[in-house]
Amino acid sequence: MPKRLTRPEVDRIAALAHLELTDEEAELFTRQLGDILDFANRLQDVDTTSTKSSWQSSESVNSLREDNLLPSLPTEEALANAPDASGAHAGSRFFRVPKVIG
Amino acid sequence: MHSTSASDDLTVSRIRTLVTSGEKSAVEICQTFLNRIAAGNSQLNAMTTVLPDEALSRAETIDAHRNEWNDLPLLGVPITVKDVICTRGHLTTAASKILEGFRPPYDATVVTRLQEAGAILIGKTNCDEFAMGSSTEHSIYGPSRNPWAIERTPGGSSGGAAAAVAARFAPISIASDTGGSIRQPAAFCGVVGLKPTYGRVSRYGLLAFGSSLDQIGPLALTVADAETVLSVIAGSDPKDATSIDKPIIPLAENQRGHAKGTRVGVPRRLLDSDEESLNGDIRDSFELALKKLNDLGSKIIDVDLPHADYAVPSYYLVAPAEASSNLARYDGVRFGFRSDFSEPINDGAERVTNMYKQTRNTGFGAEAKRRIMLGTYALSAGYYDAYYLQAQRIRTLIRNDYDLAFTKHRVDVIAMPTTPSPAFKLGEHTNEPLKMYLGDVFTVSANLTGLPAISVPSGFTSTGLPIGFQLTGRPFDETTLLRLGDALEQSAPTFPKPSLHLK
Repeated sequence: MPKRLTRPEVDRIAALAHLELTDEEAELFTRQLGDILDFANRLQDVDTTSTKSSWQSSESVNSLREDNLLPSLPTEEALANAPDASGAHAGSRFFRVPKVIG
Repeated sequence: MHSTSASDDLTVSRIRTLVTSGEKSAVEICQTFLNRIAAGNSQLNAMTTVLPDEALSRAETIDAHRNEWNDLPLLGVPITVKDVICTRGHLTTAASKILEGFRPPYDATVVTRLQEAGAILIGKTNCDEFAMGSSTEHSIYGPSRNPWAIERTPGGSSGGAAAAVAARFAPISIASDTGGSIRQPAAFCGVVGLKPTYGRVSRYGLLAFGSSLDQIGPLALTVADAETVLSVIAGSDPKDATSIDKPIIPLAENQRGHAKGTRVGVPRRLLDSDEESLNGDIRDSFELALKKLNDLGSKIIDVDLPHADYAVPSYYLVAPAEASSNLARYDGVRFGFRSDFSEPINDGAERVTNMYKQTRNTGFGAEAKRRIMLGTYALSAGYYDAYYLQAQRIRTLIRNDYDLAFTKHRVDVIAMPTTPSPAFKLGEHTNEPLKMYLGDVFTVSANLTGLPAISVPSGFTSTGLPIGFQLTGRPFDETTLLRLGDALEQSAPTFPKPSLHLK
């Protein structure tokens, strides 16, 4: 059975999840998630060695279609909700993120 | 025919009759509902967006085309849509800061289908952030309130949707159900809530939470209205590969009003377990509903669901795991909120990661973060087998229990209370999320198994809070759920409205 959740593990998970928790949040989650995981540990009581997992509940397998070219979202509409879509040159538009190089 | 709703109620069937006959215009009806929202929403906070101009303009179009469109099943029926379902050009934020200002460039398939059937979108409803919660308290818009008891929660995550139907802001609310998010608030607010079979309704345009669990369905004043809406929104959709085209068998007229020939399973051991002790009034109401079904012709049969005790812990690993993956897309780049990041960092890659982190930490609320953390942990190296994989395997055992009840005991449905306790007070579970999760004991199995389930009002506690009665059916057999729900509804005394003291 897994051990009780610790603060360093919470910090590690937050980094994996791209969350920058405050000290207070990290402490709170260590306790709350620890309680939830302790409760979930009852699942370890069940023998599932010969049980398949249910990735989803429907019986459908593959849903295929012809590979036809269909219209897609116009660029302006796709960019309309971006926090920053300003290009470096006049009239250029794309999703802008902080400068990565240099 | 629908004697159970107060006779002056504008149900779907009543509105359709009024509009198609010309007795009332769609504009008049739409205005009636908009007036109710204007009068009552400041108390209930059920709506996040109201669209009076668009709704009235659509109603005018419907009035102008009344004769050519008079066979449309929802002609002139005002509807609300939960804020996790995309509506073209109208705010869709999942009640989260991280989707601040997001106006989708397209409509969800359900929204398109409802509008093509003559429905009028009058607004969006409040919910827990990204549909994570059982109280609608985890919302950037603030909590919704229960029309039956203003200091209590309407449930969640579709609390705004349930409050809106109970308060007659609209006869229909469209919502999503990942672990009970349609049925639990329906029970808390005394309305009908239907979660269709996984695959029955397209989720294209639903902001994904748990992709193997999510399903869209209606909240309604009557079972017949839920039936009408289901027939409109059901069916396969090339834009959702999990949607399946199976015909809905219409309820034959001679099957209405009684339950002859049906077998109702009752998981006695689960109801008697003291894990989350069942409220006495809810237990009494449940037994009374079973007796009614028996009087109406159902045979009541004991069934065992041996793995039911593992449903909540399985659910609270599978759902957060899927959520942590689905919510990874919210990073401040393509839509919604981006945090101001001004730290002078020389490393460019770190600068971008920092923007993601600050955006996500400011943009997500506490419950969303808790679930992202829980899900990331359950999927992480070293814990994947013990938590996520084990939960997915137990999910198979839970489904096997139901299949055995349907085959060996030959039951058509399994009956349970929708919730172990009635609507709780705002703030009651804020610091103890686990306590709130335990309240989902009767609803999560339908999502883990994909089975259809309905919650219908079955009475009130001694303190006047609504109680829900839940039926879970065979895959794609919503018809039997609707049939039994309708029979119960017909046999009930006139269902009262909440005595709102609306200003």
